[in-house]
Amino acid sequence: MGDREDLMKIENQQHTFYWLIGISIASLIWLLAYINLPAFANFILLTINLTQDTPLGEAIYFFVYDTPKVLLLLTGIVFVMGIIQTFFAPERTRALLAGKRMGIGNILAASLGIVTPFCSCSAVPLFIGFLSAGVPLGITFSFLISAPMVNEVALVLLLGMFGWQVAALYLALGLVVAVVAGLVIGQLQMETYLEEWVQRLQSGQTATYSDNNLNWPDRFAAGCDHVKTIVGKVWPYILLGISLGAGIHGYIPTDFMASFMGKEAWWAVPVAVLLGVPLYANAAGIIPIVEALLGKGAALGTVLAFMMAVIALSLPEIIILRKVLKPRLIGTFVGIVTTGILLVGYVFNFVL
Amino acid sequence: MKNIKVLGTGCANCRNTAVLIQSVAKERGAEILLEKIEDLPSIMSYGIMSTPGVVIDGVVVHAGGIPGRDKVESWF
Repeated sequence: MGDREDLMKIENQQHTFYWLIGISIASLIWLLAYINLPAFANFILLTINLTQDTPLGEAIYFFVYDTPKVLLLLTGIVFVMGIIQTFFAPERTRALLAGKRMGIGNILAASLGIVTPFCSCSAVPLFIGFLSAGVPLGITFSFLISAPMVNEVALVLLLGMFGWQVAALYLALGLVVAVVAGLVIGQLQMETYLEEWVQRLQSGQTATYSDNNLNWPDRFAAGCDHVKTIVGKVWPYILLGISLGAGIHGYIPTDFMASFMGKEAWWAVPVAVLLGVPLYANAAGIIPIVEALLGKGAALGTVLAFMMAVIALSLPEIIILRKVLKPRLIGTFVGIVTTGILLVGYVFNFVL
Repeated sequence: MKNIKVLGTGCANCRNTAVLIQSVAKERGAEILLEKIEDLPSIMSYGIMSTPGVVIDGVVVHAGGIPGRDKVESWF
């Protein structure tokens, strides 16, 4: 028995070693490609005989520079996130949150929302799983708001297109909205507005977590799988978004947006949020458009509010949540999150 | 004869999971009774937190994402 375990341990170490070599080579190629992005874009422009002075040239430059850049960043960060997520199975997150007090629990829930794997089709099982293990309603909502809004795809795109300051601001404000909204919902004591069958399930289970015993090769493989799933799913949206963004970049006159999406237009933020809620797009498609709009004089707060509304509140998610929440709680949830996003928009516009 | 239930609210991943199980079982010549559970209260009664989930003869063997082919093969 001991021999066999030793053998497996050696084999495991060997696999880890191969993975590390592979990852090192891939990182090197990644870095070289990333450094040469501007050269590549210039080269393409040169071969088709255009300069950035013409609208078409400007549009094409935007496209051939931003597309590979965003895809590279996405691949790298999604791979790392895939590995991080293997440490945060939903069951573990639940065990961490069970029995936590309001306040600290909300902050923890919103933060765990970033690293716990989440897909909107799993929102309801997760929601009920949390409640049934004794995670308070307000804390569960903090998680549910932060998980889709502050996701790695949105952060990567913000980082790639606006720099780390905007990405960090988005991260911080997203967390603040999730924490505060969760606190408010918790204060309102709305447990009775859960559907009856959910209320019966509540406090039925205890939260335990048994480690699934992953070794490093498994975690690396999970990272690769995550890249395949996420990048495989979002690349068409990115292409579409960047194409539209390129069109805006090349053909819409500078300051065109300033008149109705600029700082002076006080009504721009609520209109942006109202437009954003029924729109269901993922971050990948929306951010390249947003970047192009910003270049044309739109105010950052207005644009960020629009983005948050599109990503955090979506009609399909609301319809799914209706199966577990009564209309009054759904209304409260949408109302509080919308208010939070509005405030973020105004704060950005007036402070920056 | 194995009784297999695929738990999920009808998203693409759940359908693909059911198809994968069906094809692997056929390949292996295993006799199965495949059932799809789409009703939320029933899904939740198995205590899973992410879908799709797979239950074989009353035991949850998988939850969250499409199971890998080798994992499915290990069930038969």
